[in-house]
Amino acid sequence: MFSGPQVVDTLAELGITHVVWLPDSAIGPWEHALETAPRLRLIRVCREAEAWGIAAGLYLGGMRPLVLIQATGFFEGSDAMRNFLHDLKLPIFALVGYRSYLIPDSTDSVKRFTEPVLAAWGLDYVLLKQPADWFRFVEHYRRCQSERKPGVALLAEGQG
Amino acid sequence: MTMNSLPVADAPRRMPLVPALETLRAWRTDQIVVTAMNAAREWLKFPEHPLDLIYLPSAMGQPTSLGLGLALAQPAREVIVTIGDGSLLLNLGALVTIAAVRPLNLTLLMLDNGVYEVTGSQTTAAAQIGADFCGLARAAGFTSVAHFAELSAWQAGLAAAMKLPGPRFLRLVLEPITEHPHLPVPPPIVPRLARFQRALGVAVE
Repeated sequence: MFSGPQVVDTLAELGITHVVWLPDSAIGPWEHALETAPRLRLIRVCREAEAWGIAAGLYLGGMRPLVLIQATGFFEGSDAMRNFLHDLKLPIFALVGYRSYLIPDSTDSVKRFTEPVLAAWGLDYVLLKQPADWFRFVEHYRRCQSERKPGVALLAEGQG
Repeated sequence: MTMNSLPVADAPRRMPLVPALETLRAWRTDQIVVTAMNAAREWLKFPEHPLDLIYLPSAMGQPTSLGLGLALAQPAREVIVTIGDGSLLLNLGALVTIAAVRPLNLTLLMLDNGVYEVTGSQTTAAAQIGADFCGLARAAGFTSVAHFAELSAWQAGLAAAMKLPGPRFLRLVLEPITEHPHLPVPPPIVPRLARFQRALGVAVE
């Protein structure tokens, strides 16, 4: 839906310094653009919980990180997310791949649980369903940062 | 002994937690020190240092990842992260992540007592089989690995260990405590984090 160079340009415009990621098949193609972007550092993690901790340390140290993971990884890393976003109240932002959202008849439970789980965690999120929605990511990120609160942008995917 | 590693002790011995931490505290100057769980419980009893990050309340296994982020954000400062064996087991992949990122200013100080101390000293799976944590760290890609089983060796070797190229993995073999004091309720963390950020020179919004 979005190209790596498009994503990198936006992240640069937003002042993002680090992308902490564990890719899925929709965001994976952004790897080259992320890795070669002059003002971004790509941090590869082994499991998504790490991404929240690394992003928290980066934020406390004065950087502007973005967590970039899939919804399944969001589920996996929830204890870390809970702690850093709710206990420590750090305004970390995540772009999360929403597996199977674009498959009308999908029985993938990721499609069933992603939004209710985000709501249960009290996270303010927007849904990017089509290319024209990219501006919503930018607006939501800026609003969350200005209000000093965490946020999520869900990126609608097919197979993920 | 491997390159950039200090000698491994000959026999299994253990040191007590508090003097092990006091040794670090006495040596420490301007390093960031991240503590959690039992180490935080004891560290809170020491005079406060502006670059202390008492990570309470914490998330399972996350001190290592938090420390990695700090080390990347503050490359001119040394970052020392205390991590229990149970906590490290919850986030073993972090060893690989750290080795891949290779922050020269990060030290993991593993406090290995073989038990989940805060829940009443139940045995970890690693202790059950004698898992080789230093070997795991080397296999993950750490080249600076050291092991201290006696307090005197830790007191004598800390400064040299911290001169090894980062990232460093230092394992202290600790006695489990026999009493099980609850973790303290620390002062509210949000103002503590703001003070910590100001000490780093980070603008706090």
